[in-house]
Amino acid sequence: MSATDTFVPRLPLGDWVAVFVEWLTATFKPFFAVVKDVLLGCYDALAAVLQGPPFLVVALVLAALAFFAKGWRLGVTALVGFVVIASVDQWDNAMDTLALVLVASAIALLIGIPLGIWAARNDTVSRVLRPVLDFMQTMPAFVYLIPTVIIFLTGAVPGIVATVVFALAPGVRFTELGIRQVDREVVEAGHAFGSTPGRILRQIQLPLAMPTIMAGVNQVIMLSLSMVVISGMVGAAGLGRDVVAALQRVNISLGFEAGLSVVILAIFLDRVTSALSTRSPVAKALAATAV
Amino acid sequence: MTASSTSTSTSTEPPTSTAPVLIPVETEPFPGAHGTDPLPDDRPVAVSVQGVYKVFGRRPQEAVRRLKDGAGRADVKSLGTAAVIDASFDVKQGEIFVVMGLSGSGKSTLIRMLNGLWKPTAGHVLLGDDDLATVNAKQLRALRRSRVSMVFQHFALLPHRTVLDNAAYPLEIQGMGKAERREKAQQALDLVGLGGWQDSLPSQLSGGMRQRVGLARALAADTDVLLMDEAFSALDPLIRREMQEQLLDLQQTLGKTIIFITHDLNEAMHLGDRIAVMRDGRTVQIGTAEEILSDPANDYVAQFVADVDRTRVLTAASVMVRPTAVVPLGGGPRVASRTMREAQVSAAYVVDRQRVLRGVVRDADAVALLKSSGDHATSIESIVHDGVAPVSVDTPLAELFAPAAESPLPVAVTDDKNRLVGVIPRVTLLEAMVPPTLEEPDAVGQDTTEDAPAPQDTTSTEGADA
Repeated sequence: MSATDTFVPRLPLGDWVAVFVEWLTATFKPFFAVVKDVLLGCYDALAAVLQGPPFLVVALVLAALAFFAKGWRLGVTALVGFVVIASVDQWDNAMDTLALVLVASAIALLIGIPLGIWAARNDTVSRVLRPVLDFMQTMPAFVYLIPTVIIFLTGAVPGIVATVVFALAPGVRFTELGIRQVDREVVEAGHAFGSTPGRILRQIQLPLAMPTIMAGVNQVIMLSLSMVVISGMVGAAGLGRDVVAALQRVNISLGFEAGLSVVILAIFLDRVTSALSTRSPVAKALAATAV
Repeated sequence: MTASSTSTSTSTEPPTSTAPVLIPVETEPFPGAHGTDPLPDDRPVAVSVQGVYKVFGRRPQEAVRRLKDGAGRADVKSLGTAAVIDASFDVKQGEIFVVMGLSGSGKSTLIRMLNGLWKPTAGHVLLGDDDLATVNAKQLRALRRSRVSMVFQHFALLPHRTVLDNAAYPLEIQGMGKAERREKAQQALDLVGLGGWQDSLPSQLSGGMRQRVGLARALAADTDVLLMDEAFSALDPLIRREMQEQLLDLQQTLGKTIIFITHDLNEAMHLGDRIAVMRDGRTVQIGTAEEILSDPANDYVAQFVADVDRTRVLTAASVMVRPTAVVPLGGGPRVASRTMREAQVSAAYVVDRQRVLRGVVRDADAVALLKSSGDHATSIESIVHDGVAPVSVDTPLAELFAPAAESPLPVAVTDDKNRLVGVIPRVTLLEAMVPPTLEEPDAVGQDTTEDAPAPQDTTSTEGADA
């Protein structure tokens, strides 16, 4: 170590980033305040909706969602899973987590899908975005929590922001991939009959890319869930906080119960969103066989 | 009578003939491409391609400059890929113009410049009066909506829309109301034989039916110009044949200008009024199927056409020869028997003053009539057999074998007014099957096109003389 000290000068990269974050915090304080209010508002509202009604009502509604997305088997499985969560006394935490996941995923998709469309239509954007997305995805997830805590303090908001950054990449990537994969001839047909680029995007590219984009949505939600648990470390409410608490107190029973609830929630979200991706008009049309 | 008798008497058996220009050499087909129904030249030009280059790559303009200075495709490889080099041709309204070439010959790039999907690196593409090289994006869209539609190799249908909504797509882009465009789309579907399938999804149809939807979509757009990019190449041979016939039928009724891309020479020959053969980005020959077949521009084209099913491309008109034994209906038995004697045949075709084919007269009948009535007989009308089955000038050779085998005389060829314009001896039919050899490609082609007069002209002159 001392050997490197003598040959390679110490690069204060971390200090620079710290200074940058401080400058960011100071300069955009009003902006961050607005962001914080909006995110908190969304999260609180959603959590209230999920936690307000009695357990059975919410569980039945969610199970019904699973039923309509896939079928009765998934509906029943989901209901059983929710009962297990409630029986280990994690229902309120699970609904907090669900609210966080949904808000973070929605924001990640609102940013990610347009970025993906842009990248699909512009090679330069695609080339610039690729390393940025790589960086965002491979940076250890905990690291995002540090600047977000500085900017937004503790609670749900830094958790949401860190989650958005962490979960953004697949939304962008799958959208770009999906649009680029659309049959070149079909897009050409749109041009050949005099359609505008915007109309081609709406009527041809997005519908045909939808199965791939939905796979991206699924990935965004799953990544959000994993990150939301980690954001329990900065005091975001939900299952994550109990997991962190169990880790700190070496409490096996609490750790297992909270962890199992995360697993059940993950299975529910994964199955429902992947079922939705097979229900797009294109996926259904392609599944239809010759008569 | 004297005039017609001289005309028949000059028509001696070709191999021994020393007669002047009127009598072609036996093996020579009659000239002119009237078998493929040539278009009158006064039709307006629908699409004009003028000195068009397309180079993909880093320095396209520099590549074009060098190509214009005579560099080859390989010479400019470092500057870019020259997909199309100096293409020039005019497509007349109502014409089926086929661009034929192997993959990589630049034909797909060429067709995509005709509706502006690619912009030419140099040169002009005129669609009517509009130059696609200079219009802006908005004008280009307007042109595509109103003037030119396209059929794609892999159909390019929207999988999530019904057949009807696919066919209505161009009309939707044109801004037509829902009810109206659906009605028009339904008409287009009925036209291609897909009535009743309008509510199906493309994935529920077979390949041929999907391409019919593609065709209906292009027809629904109701543009004058129809671009077809390898439209039938993805279909199996039987369906392809069926689609070709349907396209020809539709073209007959609708009169669209069709520019058709294919790598299949038989398809090109079958469909095209004219064919442009492309190789390595250059057009090596433009001409009718028969011109390309009988007079290939170079060895490449010659090798290409060597495999062609000549019986389907060549028509009766291209192989028929001048009839040697023709008796005027008004002539007496003496004229008839002399004609047959001189031609050394035992029967002859009988035509009236308008050269309309009336039947056959046999030597025995003529002699019998001559004996029974002597020189009083002035007409052979009583001994003419009308059991003749003539073929029309545009009958493909493939359909001539049966009549040729059954007929004791060379097969009679008549035009649309039933006038006798030529005959096809069996030996001519067989000779036509042999591809022209590379050593003497001109022996068959050029002589016929330049020296010999058109058969119709000759017959009408003779008629006027009589």
